[in-house]
Amino acid sequence: MKNEQVLSSVHPRSKLRDILAQNKPQTLFDKVWESHVVTRKKDYPDLFYIDAHLIHEVTSPQAFDGLRRRKIKVARPDRTWATADHNIPTKNQHLPIKELLSKIQVEKLTKNCDEFGIRLYGMGHPFQGIVHIIGPELGITKPGMTIVCGDSHTSTHGAFGTIAFGIGTTEVEEVFATQCILQYKPKTMKIEIKGSLGKGVVSKDIILYIISKISASGATGYFVEYTGSTIKNLSMEARMTICNMSIEMGARGGMIAPDQTTFDYIKGRLFAPKGKKWDLAVKYWKTLKTDEGAVYDKELVFDTADITPMITYGTNPGMGIKITGRIPKESDFDTESSQTSFRKAMQYMNLTPGNKLIGQPVDYVFLGSCTNSRIEDLRMVAQIVKGRKKADGVEVFVVPGSRQVEMQARKEGLDKIFAKAGFELRGPGCSACLGMNEDKIPPGKYCISTSNRNFEGRQGPDTRTFLASPITAAAAAIYGRITDVREIL
Amino acid sequence: MKKIVSTCVPLPMENIDTDQIIPSRFLKATGRTNFGDGLFYDHRFASNGKPKKDFALNNPKYKGQILVAGRNFASGSSREHAAWALLDYGFKAVVSSFFADIFKNNALTNGLLPIQVSDSFLKKLFAVIDKNSKVKIAIDILKQTITIKELGESEQFPLTPYQKLCLIQGHDDISYVLSLKKDISSFEKNRKNDFSLV
Repeated sequence: MKNEQVLSSVHPRSKLRDILAQNKPQTLFDKVWESHVVTRKKDYPDLFYIDAHLIHEVTSPQAFDGLRRRKIKVARPDRTWATADHNIPTKNQHLPIKELLSKIQVEKLTKNCDEFGIRLYGMGHPFQGIVHIIGPELGITKPGMTIVCGDSHTSTHGAFGTIAFGIGTTEVEEVFATQCILQYKPKTMKIEIKGSLGKGVVSKDIILYIISKISASGATGYFVEYTGSTIKNLSMEARMTICNMSIEMGARGGMIAPDQTTFDYIKGRLFAPKGKKWDLAVKYWKTLKTDEGAVYDKELVFDTADITPMITYGTNPGMGIKITGRIPKESDFDTESSQTSFRKAMQYMNLTPGNKLIGQPVDYVFLGSCTNSRIEDLRMVAQIVKGRKKADGVEVFVVPGSRQVEMQARKEGLDKIFAKAGFELRGPGCSACLGMNEDKIPPGKYCISTSNRNFEGRQGPDTRTFLASPITAAAAAIYGRITDVREIL
Repeated sequence: MKKIVSTCVPLPMENIDTDQIIPSRFLKATGRTNFGDGLFYDHRFASNGKPKKDFALNNPKYKGQILVAGRNFASGSSREHAAWALLDYGFKAVVSSFFADIFKNNALTNGLLPIQVSDSFLKKLFAVIDKNSKVKIAIDILKQTITIKELGESEQFPLTPYQKLCLIQGHDDISYVLSLKKDISSFEKNRKNDFSLV
């Protein structure tokens, strides 16, 4: 669409109008960023406007205390949404939370939301779920928006052409107080992925592959835009998995230009525009793409021909290999300090350098987290496990991302497929991704997990995590050991 | 705060993530205090609660207000609790050759200095501390320098003028943004038809 066409539908005094009028090729990131700059002053960070503020129980209580100390209100409760996700049990959600500290934290959120007039989708609410699952699901997340949350996986929302990033608690207070945040504009990185996906390869494998190539800090200081034919052909769910893990390579966030797939996903959702507003919105959203000739600070290209199902062997998401590959050896690392961390990771994981991971026994399988707990994830797991049974001695949690995902799974009969296979479909929450509720993996045990972090102690003290896609994790559940899912497709 | 002169605690490990700095089970507290107890908990204590002797924070040799850590410090979660825990434990600065973005912000908002140095300077720093744990390191915020007096070696570290101002004056982001309320409301009025939140 020509800029002039959009200009006619944009408010005469708006910033966006100024930007479009410049006619200088811009990246998608620049367009969204610049349209949210309230003030820019030399030597200062930009004062950046936030369209939607999502909050949860863990990183908000101190921010609410701050408001009380300053005797001020939440500036825009209408742009704020709350849910409880990190602490809540995934079993017996109709009963009070047993663990005292978790209970207090969740109750505090309820009290704070009540006091400050913020809508809360708390435990038991039909919209409750992991904050990054419910944003898109309810149509809160829309192209061209800015979204923040006191949670690093806020990058998930970037799949809609949104600038979305995680913030600290003081910044949560700042957004409560002003609906703005002081931010330095990050550099931009383009990651292009070309080609069609091979058998058994899903979006989780794409992002684990990219992180294994550029390391857990390879995109620090950058905001990533994912482009290319592979991305174009992905569903919204799959795109969210990729953007979700942008933070695992250090990026502030990752985004994907909205297209028909995006519009189709949003249409009809609770907070989606309706009627005439919908048409105007789509018209605007269609302008949200990187112009030809726009310049990024860094560009990377990957070809799917080299991407197979992936798995991590170590203690950061950059330590990933092909499912049939071998764990590296110390001599594969070039600096002394990286050799030291590799050695430490091997000790922690109790694995042998140079060995294959295929055949490695697992004790637990966690299917869930804001990375992979959407209905599409559960469907692909069900397809693998249908007519099969989990291996003896393996415990399998299936934790849907939201109550709505859980209800949909039950409606489709996925719960029955899971039950027959010995997989337990639980209630929604963050669960064993970080073990703030009861869902901890016992010390020393191996867990293959569809979550996003394999950090030491992440799933409980001394637990050992392998990150993989939902279908690779499901295959491991069936055989009780790490398996190449392609063999059973 | 303008200067820090102190001995250091060395953690020569790369990728010390936020879950190592403060495990998630310590994030259930709803105040801002006492997070120091959870700092590096699983490195400091065995599962039976006994201190792990080989960890630097448990080594009586190492004391001080400066933590020196390997490349890519504090990647992972956005938990500000990581910065609170380091401060509560008594650290005033963390030196590394690379910091995760969100942590850097969180540290600065709380007046904890994230000092980014070159890989080679970091290597020298580890070596000098290893040789003599009593060695003092000087950090000058105004000049933006970190100095190993013993070697006469110094390096500049990055800080934006705004960050520097905040650190020196103990300036608060929120009060500053609140003072720009007029700009915010006129921005809100002007972009009613921008469709980013229809």
